Amino acid sequence: MEKITQLTSKTVVLAIDDVDTDQIVPARFLTTTQREGIGISLFADWRFDKEGNEISEFPLNAPDAKDCQILVAGRNFGCGSSREHAPWAIYDFGIRAVISSEIADIFRNNSLNNGLIPVIVDTETHQWLLDNPRAEVTVDVDATEIRLPDGKTVKFPIEPFARHCILEGIDQMGYLTQNLENIEAFEANRSWQP
Amino acid sequence: MSAKTLFDKVWDDHVVIPESEDTPAVFYIDLHIVHEVTTPQAFNMLRENNWPVRRPDLVLATMDHSTPTVPVPNLDVLDDPAVSDPEPAGQIRQMIKNCDEFGIELHGFGSEHRGIVHVIGPEIGATQPGKTIVCGDSHSSTHGAFGAMGFGIGATMVGHVLATQCLLLRKPKSMAVNVTGTLKPGVSAKDIILALIGKIGVDGGTGHVIEYRGETIRGLNMEERMTICNMSIEAGARAGMVAPDDITFDYMKGREKAPQGADWDAAVERWKGLCTDDGASFDKVVDLDVSELEPQVTYGTNPAMVVPISKPVPNPAGNASHQKSIDYMQVAADKPMTGTKVDVVFVGSCTNSRMTDLRSVASMLDGKKVADSVRMMIVPGSETVKKQAEEEGLHEIYKAAGAEWREAGCSMCLGMNSDKLGKGQLCVSTSNRNFEGRQGPGGRTVLASPETAAASAIAGVIADPRDYI
Repeated sequence: MEKITQLTSKTVVLAIDDVDTDQIVPARFLTTTQREGIGISLFADWRFDKEGNEISEFPLNAPDAKDCQILVAGRNFGCGSSREHAPWAIYDFGIRAVISSEIADIFRNNSLNNGLIPVIVDTETHQWLLDNPRAEVTVDVDATEIRLPDGKTVKFPIEPFARHCILEGIDQMGYLTQNLENIEAFEANRSWQP
Repeated sequence: MSAKTLFDKVWDDHVVIPESEDTPAVFYIDLHIVHEVTTPQAFNMLRENNWPVRRPDLVLATMDHSTPTVPVPNLDVLDDPAVSDPEPAGQIRQMIKNCDEFGIELHGFGSEHRGIVHVIGPEIGATQPGKTIVCGDSHSSTHGAFGAMGFGIGATMVGHVLATQCLLLRKPKSMAVNVTGTLKPGVSAKDIILALIGKIGVDGGTGHVIEYRGETIRGLNMEERMTICNMSIEAGARAGMVAPDDITFDYMKGREKAPQGADWDAAVERWKGLCTDDGASFDKVVDLDVSELEPQVTYGTNPAMVVPISKPVPNPAGNASHQKSIDYMQVAADKPMTGTKVDVVFVGSCTNSRMTDLRSVASMLDGKKVADSVRMMIVPGSETVKKQAEEEGLHEIYKAAGAEWREAGCSMCLGMNSDKLGKGQLCVSTSNRNFEGRQGPGGRTVLASPETAAASAIAGVIADPRDYI
């Protein structure tokens, strides 16, 4: 996993509520057995028409959207299926942080495991970000805050261990494998066996 | 000792290392169910690190999502373009290879236990009260019907469980859903859960584990409880649970992986303690009276966009997301969904593909005909369900009515095998998600109970099952 302390970028805005992971990566793209190259399937049915041409009105297709590393999305982003293909595709597209007033649980965990920063902000900040595409925003993982163009800072919640792993660029697996002896002891001592 | 909820008890029983300010809990997983779609990348991770699967005995493997729902007597038939596209076929072959290489027993083609992950776990008795159960599939909440804690995880976490049998987790909050009242004829468990999601929203359960409680839940059979727990994720909840009782134990007794003999008695004694103590508190409480509940149908593109079947589709009143949804669905605001032309009816999925559902559909189709304009697909949840239904002669009723009786699998719940909706087609579906294009690009999904699905198949338009029973 790539180390991230903070990033500053203009935002691309997708002002739709309840965007589900079937939109982020439609099921027909889940037949891959790899994780590389999945960015092409990102929002496939919203980005491309039937002939495979880009739909110009879709926000991620704007010429200057390609350089935006921060996606501002409507409320309850990433609901639905557990497919990790969703954060893989977003990351592969070049986005490194998703900001919303609410982010669905499984998507949020999957994002943290891949260095994609899920940022949950209050509804007022969220509305301002939705109303101001291309605002230059800093997402500071170290300080657990975002900084808006007017200098205002807004704190965001992030699970401390996931934050540590992102700052260090390490996988959470390390902590689990360090505890293998404890896991074995747990198995040996429990009152019933599965 | 302070009063605990059912969820507290299951949580506490699986904490290897408690959570601290800096670190989440190391949390033990009793049963890991794996399928072909969300595991290849996890197996690759194990391979790259030269790690074995730590407890292959706690892994239950099958294939369901990418599999065709026509007979697969041997793998060569997957090369037939009429049966499967090359990519899903490749994924199936990769799953066989992965299970073989890592020493996992696979319930593949030819196994009587192949089927949808959330159907076979309970069916073989591997799903048990008090267990922690995960799968790279969000509908793992289904297993909560037994008083287990079942939840969906991504591929990275699948890798964590394969390698260590544990996950790093923070304890979610708890939510009680109290369901009271007696269901009227033609109304079923699916209508309860759709009504609940409509009430609390697709994010109403985010961050929470739900416990379904109350007299109505106690009166449901295990398959109906599974239907309810299954869709907990559609309200954003991590899991949904029901405290086990005699109905649970009666369902489980004698199943292959259930404890046997003296072990069974000891297990039942332990399981009886899996209930919420008097005085235990929940972070959130919701009450739902179902005594006047009507059959429910969705009209939009998420499961909370749902109405009682006799009521009109709500007016978007300027809400852009709502307008976008009903435009996609091509439905009119302020009018009921009944009478809308139906192209396909799908009975199946981990929500509604068990014997209770199949019997109910058969009783409604008996002696009737599926409308000429409708393709009706009935897809059993597992090979075992298929066999049982055929022993009861249900397939003859379906066929006589003009419905297709297919092989077990996820089928048209999600468009990743050959069963897909065409662009613009409208499907009344007993599955769990009506997201845009979920059943095929451009397809339109109306979620409903098996009863509403059967009535709509006969009528050729969305129809109230109460007029057909």
